[in-house]
Amino acid sequence: MVWDWSYALSILPILAQASIVTIQATLLGFVLAATLGLLLAILRTSPLPIIAVPTGLVVEFIRSTPLLIQIFFLYFVFPEFGVTLDAFVAGVIALGVHYATYCSEVYRAGLEGVPRGQWEASTALNLSPFHTFRDVIIPQAIPPVIPALGNYFVALFKETPLLSAIAVMELMQRAKILGSQTFRYIEPITIAGAFFLVMSLIAAALIRYVERRIALRGIRP
Amino acid sequence: MTAPDSNGTPMVRFENVTKSYGSFVVLDGLDLEFGAGEKVAIIGPSGSGKTTVLRMLMTLERINDGIIWLDGEPLTHMERDGQLVPANAAHLRRQRGKIGMVFQHFNLFPHMNAVQNCMEAPVTVLRMPKAEARARACELLEMVGLGDKFNHYPGQLSGGQQQRVAIARALAMRPKVMLFDEVTSALDPELIGEVLNVIRKLGSELDLTMLMVTHQMGFAKEFADRVCFFHSGKICEQGPPEQIFGAPENERTKQFLSAVLEAT
Ligand SMILES: Nc1ncnc2c1ncn2[C@@H]1O[C@H](COP(=O)(O)OP(=O)(O)O)[C@@H](O)[C@H]1O
Ligand SMILES: [Mg+2]
Repeated sequence: MVWDWSYALSILPILAQASIVTIQATLLGFVLAATLGLLLAILRTSPLPIIAVPTGLVVEFIRSTPLLIQIFFLYFVFPEFGVTLDAFVAGVIALGVHYATYCSEVYRAGLEGVPRGQWEASTALNLSPFHTFRDVIIPQAIPPVIPALGNYFVALFKETPLLSAIAVMELMQRAKILGSQTFRYIEPITIAGAFFLVMSLIAAALIRYVERRIALRGIRP
Repeated sequence: MTAPDSNGTPMVRFENVTKSYGSFVVLDGLDLEFGAGEKVAIIGPSGSGKTTVLRMLMTLERINDGIIWLDGEPLTHMERDGQLVPANAAHLRRQRGKIGMVFQHFNLFPHMNAVQNCMEAPVTVLRMPKAEARARACELLEMVGLGDKFNHYPGQLSGGQQQRVAIARALAMRPKVMLFDEVTSALDPELIGEVLNVIRKLGSELDLTMLMVTHQMGFAKEFADRVCFFHSGKICEQGPPEQIFGAPENERTKQFLSAVLEAT
């Protein structure tokens, strides 16, 4: 099997289209992961065991089961409970919730890194728990963990091909279909792989840039 | 200087307060009163429970037994159907607003500049309009001698300057009682004076009850109306500074003072 440039060029626009779906799934999934992850991390710090313990169990459960099974569960099993989701929506939710549990661990490290004195000063100033988190703790907890969150962003991106298992028309699914139609797999699969490689490298460079910016800001005492 | 308030009740009263960590009893049945406007220096060896007293009053530590009263009302408890029950969060928030605290390690918010540090609580807790909170923050920073450092972040300030911002930040909430826990202990010697000067100024210009844990015996002697000497979670001796520093009666007080004086 030899690389066929004209075939490769002819499928490029189709794959470019599909890559937009991949990028959309990545961005939406990560927004969900980042926000839900923060919420889970905060709930886990709760002094009330009724809140902290179940949250911890849910996080452990989701983290310890394969993403693919979760995707299948949302797409094929939820309809039996009357919740029917579009394949793309089910895929994004599964990605987002799965990575939210990883992000929550990252946030937790960030929250634990904020010195106890910051909490005590907040109490002494009579700040409510909400304002303490919003204005004092979170702004200090997040910058140090942005690089770690960025790594999960890239990891989530590279897992989007799993959505092809429920026929979401993302890059991998499109490449697979092209391959089966023409019996030429080398070009579509290689192009898809190259796309992931290039995007991951760009994202990694971006993360390093942000990391440096945070280090430079250096406003911590 | 000691101005008892109109009805004569103390501003702060510890009534048989016990605090322990596990089986280790830090304070055992402490009874202690502070009058409105009184300035009290709390001295004593390390580990004697001085910080714990302030932290309980700031509601940073729960007490195990007894009651703390603040401004004529219970602090650790609240009244319900004529009974005193442990305070809930709302009661604590209401009472806590009367107290401000300055910490040994400043605990400024590092991501906020000096003005923002002083505006945060008035805006979010007292719901003060931002312009008013900013004006007041600037006024207080002027008062502590930082009129030229409004936009500096804590990381850009010396320890003495940071501690003065922390004092302004606490004052912004208009507390009736100010707690100072070894506020000069983390400072280089040449920066101690500027912070003590600010505290002196508060003492003379504001109507505050001031409780300070300190190792600055000279300052305690000149500034305090009363000195309390703590040892092993108990008040060994208390009285006017002339008495405690001039003619201490308790053997432990004598030992402590001579050890401190030798060291300085
Ligand atoms: N969180 C804690 N857990 C266990 N022991 C503590 C804790 N905080 C303080 N202690 C103990 O309580 C005693 C009094 O502490 P503290 O009030 O800080 O003393 P001081 O301020 O007079 O040096 C010390 O023996 C200290 O070790
Ligand atoms: Mg102490």
